[in-house]
Amino acid sequence: MGSEVVHALRGVSLDIGKGEYVAIMGPSGSGKSTLMNLLGCLDTPSEGEFLLNDKNVATLNDNQLAEIRNREIGFVFQSFNLLPRSDALHNVELPLIYSGVAKGERREMARSALAHVGLENRMHHRPNELSGGQRQRVAIARALVNNPSIVLADEPTGNLDSRTGEEILALFDQLSRKGNTIIVVTHEEEVALHARRVIRLRDGLIAVDELNIRYRTAPTVGGGISPPPIA
Amino acid sequence: MITTSELRETFLIAVAALRANVLRSGLTTLGVVIGIVTVTLMGTAINGLNNAFQKSIATLGSDTLFIQRFAWFSNDDWRVVRNRRPMTMQNARDVERMATLAAAVSVESNFGGTVTYDKKKARGVWIMGNTDRSIDVRGLSIAKGRWFSPAEISSARNVCVLGNYLAERFFPNQSPLGHRVKVNEIQYEVVGVIDKMGTFFTGFNMDNQIVIPVTRFEGDFQERPDYQIIVKVKDVTRLDDAEEELRGIMRKLRRIEPGLPDDFAINRQEAFLNFFRAVGGTIAAVGLFITSLSLFVGGIGIMNIMFVSVAERTKEIGIRKAIGAKRRSILLQFLVEAALITLFAGILGILVAWPLTLVINQFMAAQMSWWLVAIALLVSVLTGVIAGFIPAWRASNLDPVEALRAE
Repeated sequence: MGSEVVHALRGVSLDIGKGEYVAIMGPSGSGKSTLMNLLGCLDTPSEGEFLLNDKNVATLNDNQLAEIRNREIGFVFQSFNLLPRSDALHNVELPLIYSGVAKGERREMARSALAHVGLENRMHHRPNELSGGQRQRVAIARALVNNPSIVLADEPTGNLDSRTGEEILALFDQLSRKGNTIIVVTHEEEVALHARRVIRLRDGLIAVDELNIRYRTAPTVGGGISPPPIA
Repeated sequence: MITTSELRETFLIAVAALRANVLRSGLTTLGVVIGIVTVTLMGTAINGLNNAFQKSIATLGSDTLFIQRFAWFSNDDWRVVRNRRPMTMQNARDVERMATLAAAVSVESNFGGTVTYDKKKARGVWIMGNTDRSIDVRGLSIAKGRWFSPAEISSARNVCVLGNYLAERFFPNQSPLGHRVKVNEIQYEVVGVIDKMGTFFTGFNMDNQIVIPVTRFEGDFQERPDYQIIVKVKDVTRLDDAEEELRGIMRKLRRIEPGLPDDFAINRQEAFLNFFRAVGGTIAAVGLFITSLSLFVGGIGIMNIMFVSVAERTKEIGIRKAIGAKRRSILLQFLVEAALITLFAGILGILVAWPLTLVINQFMAAQMSWWLVAIALLVSVLTGVIAGFIPAWRASNLDPVEALRAE
């Protein structure tokens, strides 16, 4: 093994506010996966700090991180990452099981989350009985069920055809309008276009951190942030 | 804290994982099954032996001392002890006269022989010579008729008392009292029948006996019969004192110089007890060895299969961790899975052992007790927990990022 220390991210400093819709972009090797793992509390930085809701996550242990992930983060993965042997309802229930929500309440919350993504009549289907788009909706319902601070999506449309991908992105737009904080990691410009703010990484550094083109063209008043247009 | 909903989830996952791999899990359990079968059978055997033994040992009486030429289960050098002088009738009479701690003293002699009645012939019958006191000393009870009177003993009358089995055999539909049976061509009048006694734990049928006055032995069967003097003590708590007293009396009667060893032995029930403990201990040791060996091998198999299970489900572990499963949740999940496999093996082992105990029951009273089943199941679950620990520990320590990357 090489003894050379590789810094996946160096001197990255950024601030993401509540309710923002941010796209993180960059070619492979740019450090976007590392950033995503840090933001998702799957990993802790070797140096520096990460404040989530004013709490320094960098100093937490494994169990505390698991708790933070359970309450504050909702993951949406490229390959959906559903449990293959469990039906949609049980998959959505899972985060609630680990946070100890009682059965009746849990069922109710999972049902309403599935209804929210339009899958109320697919609750007892297993992942292999669902289409790709439906699977991703189940994953989104799972991400939302605990009412997290951040929805963290890693290439959410990467395994979907473009039309289904658009549907999923429309769902994200809708979530954003309802006030959810959404961070999407992607290398597709079309996906990034949905976000209000785009962060471009290159070689472990932030190359660009700007408002999306669409928002830049819109006139802003007094430097305030204008609400996103209704698509 | 692990919540109930999480525990329930843990069980559901384990059951689902087992159902998905029934064949694989089943094959791995073989070692554990064998281990559980051995431990159950061993327990049953020791249990049965114990019961049979307790029943038999009662016939010896805990308050009884047996003065004989040889010690039971001794390691005495046969070349040294074989020339010991026999016990004599006179010895017995003197003991009875001198022993202050004795409640009753009797003399016995016995050998195996043939008994006939009419045209019926019984071989290998236990022929006992007893005295009028033997009924108390041996703790017998009479089913029909009576026991010997002192006069019958002193005058060596041709009378006998039959064991239950022999009486039924010779006189199936009539009372044997007053009839005459022949022992070695000499006739004896039946005066009584002993109550059913059952089988000694060695398999010896104690009801296949005939009792005659011991005073007939010398003339009828042997020139110098080997008598044994049986002493029932007054106070069982002073058994040691009584033994010491008897030892002194016997040494004096047989004129043994101080410093020379006894040329007789005083036996007691305890000798059987010790022998039995040794036998039981041996069975337990052998059984325990086989059990632990097969449980060890079985445990290795379980550990192996759990490693496979963890490797196969790395992705699942990653997903669960990403959405908030803590280390202990993952640890528990795999421990429960391993424990369920071995619990299943334990149940299988008991199902195999059950008919086997029924077979053993043909030879000795063997019963599978509930506590034995409980212990077997506990042992199997423990095996699973121990064997599953390292794989489960490894699973619980997986890095979620790495685990999510797995396919």
